[in-house]
Amino acid sequence: MWDLHRVAELSGGSTQLFVGLHLIHEVTSPQAFAALQDKALSVQCPERTVATVDHIVPTINQNRPFADPLAEEMLSTLEQNCAHYGIVLHGLGSGSQGIVHVIAPELGLTQPGMTVACGDSHTSTHGAFGAIAFGIGTSQVRDVLASQSIAMNKLKVRRIWVDGQLSCGVHAKDLILHVIRNLGVKAGVGHAYEFAGPAIEALSMEERMTLCNMAIEGGARCGYVNPDDVTFAYLQGRLHAPVAEAWQRAVAWWSSLASDANAAFDDEVKFDAVSIAPTVTWGITPAQGIAVDETVPTPDSLALSERSIAEQAYRYMDLEPGSAIEGLPVDVCFIGSCTNGRLSDLKAAAAIAQGRHVAKGIKAFVVPGSQQVARAAEAEGLDDLFRTAGFEWREPGCSMCLAMNPDRLDGRQISASSSNRNFKGRQGSSSGRTLLMSPAMVAAAAITGQVTDVRTLLRNDCTPPGISH
Amino acid sequence: MTEITSFPQGGIGQVHGRALILRGEDIDTDRIIPARFLKCVSFEALGNQVFEDDRLELGGSHPFDLPVNQGASILIVNGNFGCGSSREHAPQALMRWGIRALIGESFAEIFYGNCLALGIPCATAAAAQIETLQESVAADPSQTWDLNIHTKQLQSDIGSWDLQVESGPREMLLTGRWDATSQLLDHQAALKRTMATLPYLNDFVVSVQ
Repeated sequence: MWDLHRVAELSGGSTQLFVGLHLIHEVTSPQAFAALQDKALSVQCPERTVATVDHIVPTINQNRPFADPLAEEMLSTLEQNCAHYGIVLHGLGSGSQGIVHVIAPELGLTQPGMTVACGDSHTSTHGAFGAIAFGIGTSQVRDVLASQSIAMNKLKVRRIWVDGQLSCGVHAKDLILHVIRNLGVKAGVGHAYEFAGPAIEALSMEERMTLCNMAIEGGARCGYVNPDDVTFAYLQGRLHAPVAEAWQRAVAWWSSLASDANAAFDDEVKFDAVSIAPTVTWGITPAQGIAVDETVPTPDSLALSERSIAEQAYRYMDLEPGSAIEGLPVDVCFIGSCTNGRLSDLKAAAAIAQGRHVAKGIKAFVVPGSQQVARAAEAEGLDDLFRTAGFEWREPGCSMCLAMNPDRLDGRQISASSSNRNFKGRQGSSSGRTLLMSPAMVAAAAITGQVTDVRTLLRNDCTPPGISH
Repeated sequence: MTEITSFPQGGIGQVHGRALILRGEDIDTDRIIPARFLKCVSFEALGNQVFEDDRLELGGSHPFDLPVNQGASILIVNGNFGCGSSREHAPQALMRWGIRALIGESFAEIFYGNCLALGIPCATAAAAQIETLQESVAADPSQTWDLNIHTKQLQSDIGSWDLQVESGPREMLLTGRWDATSQLLDHQAALKRTMATLPYLNDFVVSVQ
């Protein structure tokens, strides 16, 4: 796949790779377009470039102009750039707007065997389709706009093999938090993480996207899953997927891409899905996670290299080593993001919220990942279900994952969040605290007002992973 | 003491200046530049906002606030510096504050590439070596250092340290080809040939429009 996209070998040893799909958004593109203009360059392949707006959009009132003049300036700059260069923009009124890593798959834009680049680190998400997908910075956004290609060094591949099946109440989010907890936040540097094994094959596409989305939190720029029948079934019939005979040719090629059983990897790590419990982060990096029924690790239980960041985390989170995470009171519950803002995520949370009510004093809100996700959820009555249960039902966007819009923590508030980063200050307050967990676990925390093992709230409707959620 | 005023241009063979130390593992780009400062259509104002929340928390004692460190251009960090978000705003903010080179145990991959694209070298050394280097800088923050990209050495009056600079980035820095755009645009014919052989552009063409 790498060789097919190779344009040239560059001085310095990197490879110039063709970019099959370039996704852009309002935050990392304005300076790239400005640089193009400075250099009097044009956009090489506007027909391989797709834009949306996600990071800065409000989720309550999306009427223009936005109340925040800076947010309004960013969107209008994107609109002008897209109009000027002939780039399709899935804007607010389009019916197809949403988080870039949610809309590209759901529109069938992301396909196996492609190279996908976007000025956002969570571009690793698209590797779930058997694509080579990686986040880039703004200078590289400029380069891809100008040349539809990028200078890349070949990555090593670490295969993460997962045996067994995830248990009831345990989701792809728990699996990836478990993997990162074990491998750390920097083990993936210089690597792509290829997820494989029976547990991965059993995952739905949306679950595989959650997994690959957070590969970058383990330091791996790319996540990857071999394309298979689950991939093809997801793509068939989507807006930009091939049809008729072209579909047959596409499937034939896609099927040929899968790395075979005997493929050699630079490295392999094995996990057993059965042993994984709902997982929650307690600290300030995504690797600082524990099973919900475990206690916050004590310094002496940690590797020497992990102790200093753990000490920072105890202080910042105001958590005692050895204390339980279950039962920790939370203030805000956020369901959404490019990690967990898809329909199956909302359904998993709704199954917990149904017939129950958000605890007193808790602010809980649901932000669908895209307008399509919102419509599909509303068609199933999930919006009413959530509202009845005391959750707010919002408009699509990145929202409180990184708090570039009005959704943010206040002061030392603690959030239970289905997003991807628990860094200091990530959710908009410089002292705010984030506990990462699955959407079902966030819903459980909203209902009880504290970190709760979602398995205690499951009814008889637990569907095995990969079947219908 | 050299006052650095212009951004990197052309071949980068050497970075000369004072050094400052920022200790800590896994310092992420949200800390380097909090997301609220990403609401901008140019990078110009970012230099004042670098590490804003960490600096507020420390009330003036953050390394980027200490008077002795003002004007320093070589930043010495620990492991996995720049992890997290791909925001180029992070190296832009560091560059606009005055940083022209980084030395650390390791760097997150996207951050490293973003620095290279701005002409900012990221050199590495083993953890123990970083520690002694940090101690040497701390002993006399006013001393000046030369980071030599040719020899991959950091030198001052008190000694010399061998560092690692990856061969590809090193060549790009030395030749001034770290700004990749022109190099990528040199291969238009090859690009067309690649596009003519890709199955998804030929055997089952689907427009994204």
